[in-house]
Amino acid sequence: MIDRIKTVIGHLKFPTFQGGIHPEVDKELNGPKPSLIMELPQKVRIPLVQHIGRPARSLVQRGDMVKTGQVIGEATGFVSSRVHASISGKVSMIKKMPVARFKRGMCIEITSDGKDEKIWENIHRNWRELSRDEIREYATSAGIVGMGGAAFPTHVKLTLPPVARIDHVIINGVECEPYLDCDRSTMCHHTRKVVEGLHIIMKMMSARQGVVGIELNKPDAIEAMKNEIGADPTIKVEVMPLFEKYPQGGEKQLISAVTGREIPAGGLPLDVGCLVVNAGTALAIYEAVVGGKPLISRNVTVAGNCLKESVNVEVRIGTMISDIVDWLGGFSREPQTVILGGPMMGQSQFSYDIPIIKGTSGVLFFAKEKQKQLDMMPCIRCGKCVDVCPVGIDPAQICQAVEFGNYALAEKLGLRTCIKCGCCSYVCPAKRELVQLIEMGEHYIKNKDKKGH
Amino acid sequence: MEETFLIASPSPHLRSKETIARIMWRVTLSLIPVIMYSAYHFGVKVLVPIVFAMASAMALEVVCLAARRKKIAIVFDGSAALTGLLLAFNVPPEIDLWILFIGVAVAVCIAKHLFGGIGYNLFNPAFIGRAFLLAAWPAEMTHWTLNGVSTATPLGILKEHGYSAVVEAFGSKTAMYWHMFIGDIPGCIGETSALLIIVAGGLLFYWKIINWQTPAAYLMSILLLSWMFGGNSGFMSGDPLFYALSGGLCLAVFVMANDMVTSPLTLKGKFVFGLGCGVLTFIIRKYSAYPEGVSYAVLLMNACTPLIDKYIVNRRYGTQKA
Repeated sequence: MIDRIKTVIGHLKFPTFQGGIHPEVDKELNGPKPSLIMELPQKVRIPLVQHIGRPARSLVQRGDMVKTGQVIGEATGFVSSRVHASISGKVSMIKKMPVARFKRGMCIEITSDGKDEKIWENIHRNWRELSRDEIREYATSAGIVGMGGAAFPTHVKLTLPPVARIDHVIINGVECEPYLDCDRSTMCHHTRKVVEGLHIIMKMMSARQGVVGIELNKPDAIEAMKNEIGADPTIKVEVMPLFEKYPQGGEKQLISAVTGREIPAGGLPLDVGCLVVNAGTALAIYEAVVGGKPLISRNVTVAGNCLKESVNVEVRIGTMISDIVDWLGGFSREPQTVILGGPMMGQSQFSYDIPIIKGTSGVLFFAKEKQKQLDMMPCIRCGKCVDVCPVGIDPAQICQAVEFGNYALAEKLGLRTCIKCGCCSYVCPAKRELVQLIEMGEHYIKNKDKKGH
Repeated sequence: MEETFLIASPSPHLRSKETIARIMWRVTLSLIPVIMYSAYHFGVKVLVPIVFAMASAMALEVVCLAARRKKIAIVFDGSAALTGLLLAFNVPPEIDLWILFIGVAVAVCIAKHLFGGIGYNLFNPAFIGRAFLLAAWPAEMTHWTLNGVSTATPLGILKEHGYSAVVEAFGSKTAMYWHMFIGDIPGCIGETSALLIIVAGGLLFYWKIINWQTPAAYLMSILLLSWMFGGNSGFMSGDPLFYALSGGLCLAVFVMANDMVTSPLTLKGKFVFGLGCGVLTFIIRKYSAYPEGVSYAVLLMNACTPLIDKYIVNRRYGTQKA
């Protein structure tokens, strides 16, 4: 009851969005975690597809020597992204291998020579003197993609159609997924760089208002960002503490929480004058524009009840999960589930033999009791899924329609509006795989559309 | 690192602790004070029909599940036991057990399993059982006793002799309200004590099993209508409190009308559902030959539920704000 009252008061006092949940989580694993930097791995495996869009084209061959930061994959179109070597050494293998989120993709394996020779050292640009096109060029050539998980090429977001205007640039420091902590760590340890990254984007977009959205459960990040912003009164940036609720870090939900605007169906954030950039991405943009550093490393939360300690760790892109575990000193007990990303929207993996990619925000290891095999019961129409749905659709009815093969009805009920946040599956007392059913329906409709013309 | 078998399952990888069984058994648990009061009020022998109804409902559920080649373990989700309990709450204390058994059979086998089992029934099984018994054995279903003496319910007196006769039977208005509130009146096994049913409703709300929409709308509409049109001396002369405390109204408002399976999905829909229940209950009580109309009102609104779900939906994200 107290929780309910707190929720009501929280809704009144702090901005947030409609619907959503407060997942019950393992509190020991959910707090702030120490931040480490991982030592260089012996080898990295860098997929050519780490982003939404067309895979990059390999520029190297087996046996080539590469330096840290060298371009090894060139973008193959506008919606595509460059890939860089994250360590120096020898290309030891180019082969199709499993990649998180993208099933299988061509990967370039580099065996370290231990020197970590960088190609971009001693660059310091003053971004205030750069033109917009130069800034965009630096961000594009650094291979930056959305680091909150979606991995959408950032330069595409930064390129506006001629008529569009952006008035709000929003830094996404929400990190609503339980256990994940890497954005908080980024905001606390690289505060100035994140804020300058925001300034760079605001300059590019000619946006008048910058907002940093952070949930109330990260007081240190709110504090740090506020202090940093207070130092520079010339640019209008506001830190907005948001009421804690999942999935506030979703682009649509964050825009609702911050501005009260809603992206029209089928539209983009720029349709409502907003641009949302993850805190880690803002850092990467700063480092690329000012320091010339390509996206070759990122902050990752490594957590779970199978580890001695849960940490945030800065790793090179392409580091194998198994190497991270070994470096952390192995497991305290055998995990049954490995999840890349958060527990709500992440993907469980078939093996430890999988690399960290640009969009990997967390690696979670859980032993059995977290992962019960659940029997799916019939829907008892309790309506909890409808109450928590942040986009106002009716998962119960849509899934029933999908189960009975009535895809037309499912579509009419709003199947395509779904953002796959998983709130419905979380609350369902019948333990129905609602998100999975909706995805099945989407697949079917997509395939039918393809055949249609 | 040696290769092990990893479990790969679809997201989300976190699930709430809530299960169907937990919901059903919690509803049953919330009604235990009502059962205890009933045993005190009507005598311990009233536990016989309650236990009998629950046991036979579970037994019949097992038979139905076996016939439908479903997992027998489903019976432990508690929904059958709850149906039995609620049906027992809706029959007079002196009911013959074989009549009760037929009611349970209609509820579990016809109202629930012929429609496809848990989740698929269109109508509240317990109310279907009650409606069937009321039609088949009207005399037995309206034969009220208290302390071994035949008597009449407040609603029965109201229908036969008018409002003043009810007040007379209790002595004063205050005494009437008090007796009806704590449940010291004749009636069905589980419907007399408004107090304990409200407590049960509070628990269910606390456990997030019921929402405020249905009870509030139901109560509001019945109070308003009975106040405006319930009396015999014109507009605004009714006694809303009497209406609210009498018969099975509280049980329906706080427990039975909130049945998840047979009420609408959205909160707005639940509110409309509650309003409809209130209006229909009042119309049946006031203008039909029956003194009590709660079960029929809820059943009629159950029939409207698919319609409500079709037309009263939440605003979808990205569609125009109203």
